[in-house]
Amino acid sequence: MKIQFLKYQYLVLLFSFFLNQNGLSQNEEKINDEFNLELEIEYRYFFNQGLYRGQGQHFPSVAFRPEYFIEWDDGSQNINFSGFVRLDRDDKRTNWDIRELYWQLVKPKWELSLGAKKVFWGVTESSHLVDIINQTDIVESFDGEAKLGQPMIHFSYMINMGVFDLFAMSYFRERQFPGEKGRFRTPFLLEKTDFIFQSDLKKWHPDFAIRWSNSINVFDIGFSHFYGTGREPLILPDNEGNIANLIYPIIHQTGLDVQATTGPVLWKFEGISRLNEYQNVFAFVSGFEYTFGNVKNSGIDIGLIGEYLYDNRGVLALGSMANDLFIGSRIAFNDTQSTEILLGGIFDLEKSSKLFSLEASRRFGTDWKVSIEARIMSKISNSEFLYFFREDSFARLQLLKFF
Amino acid sequence: MKKLSFVLAIITLSLLAFNNPISPEEKGLEIAKSADFADQGFESVKVELTMTLKNRNGQTSVRKLSNSTLEQITDGDKSLIVFKSPKDVLGTAILTYTHKQGSDDQWLYLPAIKRVKRISSSNKSGPFMGSEFAYEDLSSQEVEKYNYKFLKEEKLNNSNTSVVERIPVDPKSGYKRQVVWYNNEKDLRIEKIEFFDRKNQLLKTLTYSNYKLYLNKYWRAEQFKMVNHQTGKETLLDFENYEFGVGLTENDFTQNSLKRAGR
Repeated sequence: MKIQFLKYQYLVLLFSFFLNQNGLSQNEEKINDEFNLELEIEYRYFFNQGLYRGQGQHFPSVAFRPEYFIEWDDGSQNINFSGFVRLDRDDKRTNWDIRELYWQLVKPKWELSLGAKKVFWGVTESSHLVDIINQTDIVESFDGEAKLGQPMIHFSYMINMGVFDLFAMSYFRERQFPGEKGRFRTPFLLEKTDFIFQSDLKKWHPDFAIRWSNSINVFDIGFSHFYGTGREPLILPDNEGNIANLIYPIIHQTGLDVQATTGPVLWKFEGISRLNEYQNVFAFVSGFEYTFGNVKNSGIDIGLIGEYLYDNRGVLALGSMANDLFIGSRIAFNDTQSTEILLGGIFDLEKSSKLFSLEASRRFGTDWKVSIEARIMSKISNSEFLYFFREDSFARLQLLKFF
Repeated sequence: MKKLSFVLAIITLSLLAFNNPISPEEKGLEIAKSADFADQGFESVKVELTMTLKNRNGQTSVRKLSNSTLEQITDGDKSLIVFKSPKDVLGTAILTYTHKQGSDDQWLYLPAIKRVKRISSSNKSGPFMGSEFAYEDLSSQEVEKYNYKFLKEEKLNNSNTSVVERIPVDPKSGYKRQVVWYNNEKDLRIEKIEFFDRKNQLLKTLTYSNYKLYLNKYWRAEQFKMVNHQTGKETLLDFENYEFGVGLTENDFTQNSLKRAGR
C-alpha cells in the first residue's frame, strides 16, 4: 500500500515537473483533495417471467462509486478518479469499471486532459443521438445514460468564436450484454467475443472527434464530427432474416445539437448522419420543454416535454425508435428533500408499441436518497427489436448512502 | 455652440432644482444608483455559504455551497455557484450571466452524467434549494431590475436609513413590491428588505447582520436571515471566507469552468 502511494506521489510530481513551467517550488504546498463514496442497494423486480431459459425475476444488487479528486499548482492541474463496482445476480451485470481517471492541465484559454473520461454532448431528453464519445453501459441502466470510461487525449480550446474540443481516442470499450439470468436480452446470449471489428486494429483503432460549441444569444449550438469505431454494434441479418454478423463498423458521424431558450420554453433539436460500409443512418430528435414555474406559489415546477424521434433504419435500429413520439412531465417539488418525479411515454406512430416510464427520487436526512423507477412495455410490435424484451417490464428501488 | 449648450444646461439644472423639486421616484433611483456605485470596483469575489433551513417546528436542514462573482460594468454580473452538500447534490453547479435588461442566461451542470444544460431563467419566483430564498432574491441586484420610490427617512438600529420602495420590472417576479432600508451612515448598505407578494401582503423579511468592511470599501453581511411570515419558516445564510482580489477573469465563468467546478 505504502509503495503504491509513493509511486502515485511520484507520478504527481513528475507531471508537475514536466508541465509546470514555473517549477513546482512555490505552489507545491497548496494541494486540495477530496474523497467521496456512494453506496447503493438496489432491487429490481420484473413483473413477468422471462421468455428465455434461465432468466430471473428478482435482482437484488449492490454498487459502490468511489471518487477521488486532487488539485495542485494553484488549481491549474488536477487528477480525477471515479470508479464503479456492481454485484448482481446477473453475472454480466456484476462488473467493475474505471469511469474516469485522468490528469488535467488548465490554462486560461485551453484545457488538456489525458486518461479515461466521460463526455456528454446533446440537449434532448428522450434520446441522446449526438453523444458518441463513450460506450453505453446497457446492463447498468435502461435509459442509456450510464457510460463506460473512454481513454483519450482531450484538448479544449476557447476563443470568442466558441469552444473547440478535439479528441484522440483508442482502446475501444466493447458493449456488455446481459448474461443468462439477465433481462433485456435476446434468446441467444451475446458475448463480447461474438462481435468482430471492421478494422484490423480491432479495439486499438485510433478514433478522432471534433466539436465546436457556442452560446449565441438564446441559442446553444454544438456541431460535431466523429471518425472511428462506432460505439453501437451492428446486427446484420442474412437474406433469410437470421442474424449473420455482429460487427463494430468504422463510421463517420456528423452531429448537430441546438437549443433555443426562450422564456419558459426550451426548443431542442439533435440530428446525426452516420455513414459506414453497411448502412447510412439519418436520425433526429426534436421537441420542446415547457416549464410552469412555481405553480400557484406552491414552489412546485411542472415541466411538459414533447419530442419526436425519427430514425431511417427502422427495424435495424437497436434503440427501436424509428418514428416515435415521446411525451413526458417533470415535476420538481423544490422542497427540503428535493423530491422529483419524471413521467413519460414513448409511442410508436406506426406500430402498436408503447413504453411507459416513471422515475422519482427523494432525499432522506442528509446522506440518504431513495429513488424508484418503473418501465412498462405495452403492445410491443413483433417487427421491432424491442419485441425480444416484451416481457421485461420492471420496477427498481434504489437506496443510496453518501459518505 | 458650446456656450449655448452650457447656458441651456444651467437653465435646465435650475429648473430642476427650483421649479421641479426632485420627485420621490427620482430620489429613490438616486439612492439605488449611489448604493450600487458605492459597491463598484470589487472586480471579483469568492465566498463559502452555509444555508440553514428551519421549518415551523424548528427542525433544521443544512446545505453548503460556494459562490464566485465576476463584476461587470456594462451588463449584469456573472456568477458560479457550486453545491457541496447535501452530498447527493455534490458537484451540481449553476453558471449565471445576469443581464440588466431581459432574462438572465443560466446553465446547470449535472455531474453524474457530465451534462451541461441551459435552463430557463424565467422561473425566478420559485424557491432556491427548498429555502425561503427565491432565485430572484439571490441573483445579482442590478439597478435596472426595479422602479424606485423614496418613502421616508427612518432610524433603524440607531442608524439613519433611507426607506425606498422598489417595484420589479419583470412581470414574472413573485413580488408586487419590496421595501428596502439603506443605511445612510454606512455607504448605503442594505439593512433590511420587506417582500410583498402579488396580493400586496407582507410575505417575507430579509435582515442583514454582522456586516464587515472589506478592502476599506465593500460592506458584506456575514448573515442573511429570511423569515417567511405566511408559513413561519425561515432560512439563514451564513457567509464565510470572503476572498476579494483573487483575480478571477472571464475565463473562470465559462461552461468549461462550470464543468470543472462541479467535477
